[in-house]
Amino acid sequence: MTVEILGITVLWVFLFGYIVIGAIDFGAGFFNAYSLLTGKQRVLTDVIQRYLSPVWEVTNVFLVFFFVGIIGFFPKTAFYYGTTLLVPVSFGIILLAIRGSYYAFETYGARGHKGYSFAYGASGLLLPASLSIVLTISEGGFIEIVDGQPVLDYWKLFSSPLTWSIVVLSIAATLYISSTFLTWYANKAKDVEATQLLRKYALIWSLPTIIAAGGIIFELRKHNPLHYENIQRFWPMFLLSFLLFLGTVFLIWKKRQYGIAFGLLAGQFLFAFFGYGASHYPYLLYPYLTIYDSFTNQAMAVALITAFIFGLMLLIPSLYLLLRMFLFNKEYVKGKKDHHA
Amino acid sequence: MRCVDSVFYSRVLTELTLSFHIIYATIGVGVPLMIMLAQWVGIKKNDEHYILLARRWARGFVITVAVGVVTGTAIGLQLSLLWPSFMELAGNVIALPLFMETFAFFFEAIFLGIYLYTWDRFENQKKHFLLLIPVALGASFSAVFITIVNAFMNAPRGFDLVNGELINVNPLLAMFNPAMPTKVAHVVGTAYMTTAFLLAAIAAFRLLRGSNHIYHKKALYLTLKVGFIFSVTAVLVGDLSGKYLAEYQPEKLAAAEWHFETEEDAPLILYGVLDDGEVKYAIKIPYALSILAHGTPNAEVIGLDQFAEEDTPPLYIHYLFDIMVTIGMLLLTLSAVYLLGMWRRWPFVKSRLFRWLIVLSGPLVFISLESGWWMAEVGRQPWILRDIMRTAEGATTSGQVPTMLVLFALLYLVLGIGSVVVLRRMFIRNPVEKEIADRQQEKGGDIL
Repeated sequence: MTVEILGITVLWVFLFGYIVIGAIDFGAGFFNAYSLLTGKQRVLTDVIQRYLSPVWEVTNVFLVFFFVGIIGFFPKTAFYYGTTLLVPVSFGIILLAIRGSYYAFETYGARGHKGYSFAYGASGLLLPASLSIVLTISEGGFIEIVDGQPVLDYWKLFSSPLTWSIVVLSIAATLYISSTFLTWYANKAKDVEATQLLRKYALIWSLPTIIAAGGIIFELRKHNPLHYENIQRFWPMFLLSFLLFLGTVFLIWKKRQYGIAFGLLAGQFLFAFFGYGASHYPYLLYPYLTIYDSFTNQAMAVALITAFIFGLMLLIPSLYLLLRMFLFNKEYVKGKKDHHA
Repeated sequence: MRCVDSVFYSRVLTELTLSFHIIYATIGVGVPLMIMLAQWVGIKKNDEHYILLARRWARGFVITVAVGVVTGTAIGLQLSLLWPSFMELAGNVIALPLFMETFAFFFEAIFLGIYLYTWDRFENQKKHFLLLIPVALGASFSAVFITIVNAFMNAPRGFDLVNGELINVNPLLAMFNPAMPTKVAHVVGTAYMTTAFLLAAIAAFRLLRGSNHIYHKKALYLTLKVGFIFSVTAVLVGDLSGKYLAEYQPEKLAAAEWHFETEEDAPLILYGVLDDGEVKYAIKIPYALSILAHGTPNAEVIGLDQFAEEDTPPLYIHYLFDIMVTIGMLLLTLSAVYLLGMWRRWPFVKSRLFRWLIVLSGPLVFISLESGWWMAEVGRQPWILRDIMRTAEGATTSGQVPTMLVLFALLYLVLGIGSVVVLRRMFIRNPVEKEIADRQQEKGGDIL
């Protein structure tokens, strides 16, 4: 394995991490706001807040890690993506800011401020959409080089069916991942009402997720034939992903083994995400940027990988401690005691 | 062709984001140390007041951390969005500290989550105290690594530039550049100092506003002690920073001191105004600049005459320098007088007037912080990477920067107002007297 592939794999893993835990977070915000509208807040808010409290900051770090890492390993991405993404990513930052501050403000100050809760919920849907634009652009066809500077063609971007398929997928998947996780979590908390409601959401959102995922492959056929061809080479990964999807839906339908159902779901997205990533190889931005011509110098690559290994030795035990104290702590999950500062 | 407007608005937006971010970031670096100290003193003295102090600070800290995290994410992304060519070049050399900063931040985030949600969960308070060490370490090391990135922009090292290409990159050499020791020491030291005076101002304010609880007196004494120590280090490191500048970045020192002609026995100019190239109403301290720059009164100090005009920073940074230094000195004196007064039992340090002065130190220390950063940053204009890349060459070519500037200004307004409102509400609704009473009830009266 070359350093380039190692670098992009590490980053892809972190992006995957962000997509899963970010989706739980975004979806939770949406369900929370939705429950306010439908008067079911009493059922959901407790479960959602208990999960989000100790982890909201950690979620954010996964994203920071990804974008700092990609500039580190592939500095040329700053030039291409930085110039073109000013508007969509700035919107993303603002939405993230609303979320991050909401959480702290809500917990300690303005508990029950409805306007802010709705802004929080709406940001949960808009964020995946604004961030997934990056994936769309990476397929190529939306950026032109004018006078040596990359320029994004907004009209082309917004009129492309590929853009909208990716947006739909990101939103549906967010709600699907989130509701499946929260079903498991509510069940662990022995909160029957919340479990039932969340289980219903999980089943509702499973269908659009899988349809949108299929739609994207179809769109790619026209938009980026090379990528479409590559995807077919990885068909076993996508097939496996689909089978795992069926497994998750089956377990949730049968009200069995929510923990395993969530595990299967993670597997489904893992295979799809890595299949998608592998078939994108070697392009970071089709057709301008491959992982080879944008890679950093050898000395920096070695330094970054060394830092990464030492960093992980610090992080993995810490993350394990965090999970053990909250996610897997029976007393905490059931909300027996409130120990916050 | 580059869009002049984009360069200007990119600078304004970066300045706006950073100026807002450093308020929360500085608190974020300093408060964990203060919480740690309070918790430690509380455990050692078996004094519930200090534990409560730690707890109440931690609660306020959550709000500032949240704003610090989101604005930090903003500036992290804006670096690439607004300065893509710069990041493309610098990313090759300086990615390592940026990357390590995320690890420090990650580490802090994990333990902060655990610390905040495990109050009263441990039988042994010392276990809970241990959680604070990674939080404080992570916070301080974030500051160290990110300051290293900034130091690199002032003194780029660790690579060779041949025909516009970077070769022979040495990431460690780039990190340990000449600007790094003084920058890091000054940033971390003043972050502790800033936080100490902020928390002292709050304690003094509560004492003035009716509450005469011993809790606030303890808080005041603890914070001003820390404030004094770090004011001393700020002054010492400030002096070393002057010597660094004289050696490596003489144009910044010369602009900050209005030192136009290269000369020996250079005097230090304090205050004054610049009128058509002439300095008026200034106080001149003979030899002081030579001492600041080289440690001896007769040393030669390079003046602005040695530099081409397009390579010199704007001269208004002199005012920023004056503001920073004056406030620093005032706060050092204030805390020294307070400590001396407490020791010698002078009654006036407990007077209302003196306490108002301490309250004033809270806003002042932040003015000093902002002035210091503006001076340091404007002082390296016109370069984004000194002697390598001009600021205008690093900026984005996108035409949408002005719109984004408006959006972000609105965002910071909302966050600024929101954080103040929430913090005020949090502490006014639940004053310390009430919390102590609640805790006494909870524990059956066996504390305090």
